[in-house]
Amino acid sequence: MSRVTSAEKIAAARAEGRPALIGYLPAGFPDVETSIEAAVALAENGVDVIEMGIPYSDPVMDGAVIQEATVQALANGFRVAQIFDIVRGITARTNAAVMVMTYWNPVLSLGVDEFARRFAEAGGAGLITPDLVPDEADQWFAASEKYGLERVFLIAPSSTEARVKRTVEASSGFVYCVSLMGVTGARAEVSSAAQAVVDAAHGAGAENACVGLGVSRREHVQEIGSYADGVIVGTALVAALRDGGVPAVGRLAAQLSGRA
Amino acid sequence: MNASDDSLKHASGPYFGQYGGRWMPESLMAAMDELTQTFEDAKADPAFIEEVKELNRNYSGRPSLLTEAKRFSAQACGGVRIFLKREDLNHTGSHKINNVLGQALLAKRMGKTRIIAETGAGQHGVASATAAALMGLECVVYMGAEDTRRQALNVARMQLLGATVIPVTVGSQTLKDAINEALRDWVANVDNTHYLLGTAAGGHPFPAMVRYFHQVIGEEAREQVLAQTGRLPDAVTACIGGGSNAIGIFHGFLDDKDVELYGYEAGGDGVDTDRHAATITLGKPGVLHGARSYLMQDDDGQTIESHSISAGLDYPGVGPEHAYLADIGRVHYEPVTDTEAMDAFKILCRTEGILPAIESAHALAGTIRLAQRKLAEGAKPEETIIIANLSGRGDKDVSTAAQWFGMLEDDAANTPEGN
Repeated sequence: MSRVTSAEKIAAARAEGRPALIGYLPAGFPDVETSIEAAVALAENGVDVIEMGIPYSDPVMDGAVIQEATVQALANGFRVAQIFDIVRGITARTNAAVMVMTYWNPVLSLGVDEFARRFAEAGGAGLITPDLVPDEADQWFAASEKYGLERVFLIAPSSTEARVKRTVEASSGFVYCVSLMGVTGARAEVSSAAQAVVDAAHGAGAENACVGLGVSRREHVQEIGSYADGVIVGTALVAALRDGGVPAVGRLAAQLSGRA
Repeated sequence: MNASDDSLKHASGPYFGQYGGRWMPESLMAAMDELTQTFEDAKADPAFIEEVKELNRNYSGRPSLLTEAKRFSAQACGGVRIFLKREDLNHTGSHKINNVLGQALLAKRMGKTRIIAETGAGQHGVASATAAALMGLECVVYMGAEDTRRQALNVARMQLLGATVIPVTVGSQTLKDAINEALRDWVANVDNTHYLLGTAAGGHPFPAMVRYFHQVIGEEAREQVLAQTGRLPDAVTACIGGGSNAIGIFHGFLDDKDVELYGYEAGGDGVDTDRHAATITLGKPGVLHGARSYLMQDDDGQTIESHSISAGLDYPGVGPEHAYLADIGRVHYEPVTDTEAMDAFKILCRTEGILPAIESAHALAGTIRLAQRKLAEGAKPEETIIIANLSGRGDKDVSTAAQWFGMLEDDAANTPEGN
């Protein structure tokens, strides 16, 4: 299977003169099948890169909406190995790049190499790692090189210049620019700090700098798209799935991408 | 200090063997770097060292006593000499004050005006609220919603001291979720806020820093036992949750190779059940709350809920330095069940007139077991010395203990304990 990378999808969006749209959903929420259908609905409504989150018992970077969704997914019996079925299910039916967002202990538990091998076989593009910094990522560097996976690390408004540089150098695919000091969750306005984080990433040589946290509306996408290479929407999509099921996810994705 | 190459003392982190490190969001890295630098500078500053000593002496009441427990020894330990390191006599009633005063001073050095803390039963929360009041800092304490109900009086204590207590209703609503919520608060408020972590776990520099502020326990105990008996003990014992009191007393003896060190984990209903907190005994390495260490986790790497009658030991992780000391065999870690701990709790009350924290009762139960083992191996009781760290007083546990021993009428069983 030929894998689609986030770098390819972001480049394609750039060629069309727009930022890439990246959509997050929790794997296994509310169940495995529905989460695949919801991800397919994202791709069918203009989302370029799909980010599936692995539900984890201690999600310190997530706000209430995503916490509640992942708690429910775990209560419904989600097992980490199902992420590979989900990725396979999405890549079989869409042309989106499929990333997985995961806290690191589930990966460590399975074994970093084993996880990377099975993820690559399923057609996954790479991992977004909210609690893994390059300083602790030796095993992940080795596995991602071995299996050709993208490494998306995060930078924040608090990141020093030296850390931005190190993180940009360690990342591939894109750099995840945290727009504000806080956890995931929809906010009325985009943080004024976001552009400075993107500028720092670009200044350190990042080809693709994408902005996440607090992004929920089409006008956010347009605003951030004026300076960033991609825009990441999570909580708003999770709330749509919770409240209106797969059709609501498709409708919101269409709005975010400007198709509706 | 002057640690030689083969010394185990003063390990500076971030790594303890394969454990420790900083498995945390990038958003917090700048704050962790700032804290590390502030801590390193403070350790090298005689004025800071004197400030800590002065508070320990004139506010906490240090040095804490080393009390020989002769009747406890005679009744339960076959005459093996037992000495109790009396952290229960510190201001606020446990060893926790050592760490909170030190970290609150560092918070002030960093210009932070607000501290946040997690708490299980409330001891660390009360200690944090105390330090905040003393130093004029705003204090917010995160506490599992269930714990706020069970420990209503400790919530009131924190509030009387001026702290805001936030019940945590997400996740499993326990201590680990209180830590998660505190971390989320810290990410959002790191500019003016210091996270005053209460145990020797977490990302670097917390394990080495929390140990540093508790090292005074072991330093005093070593001097005191030499003064009272003329020699070092055969063994030192402590209870282990995250492991702050234990690492504090062990540190003083790490390089005394003939002194055996024992840490007693919460065995809950028993390590053959799924209700315990025996992290080192039954866990496997993983990352949680910023550090790589032993962890109670399922096959998917999801954290497993721990269980113990002692809220202070009811944590599914353990400090990374303990993980290392376990692997190299310098410290022996064993589980103690709720029943064993409560039996020892009662014996100490009745023989010495000291009401221990249930956490500390785990160390006492382990001490009894160890003394009996020594005797079985042929040790002469009067020539055998064990120091047990009595990490806290049991006033907070009166309700739990009264229920355990059936002293309460059914309709009074939900009455909050006295303090």
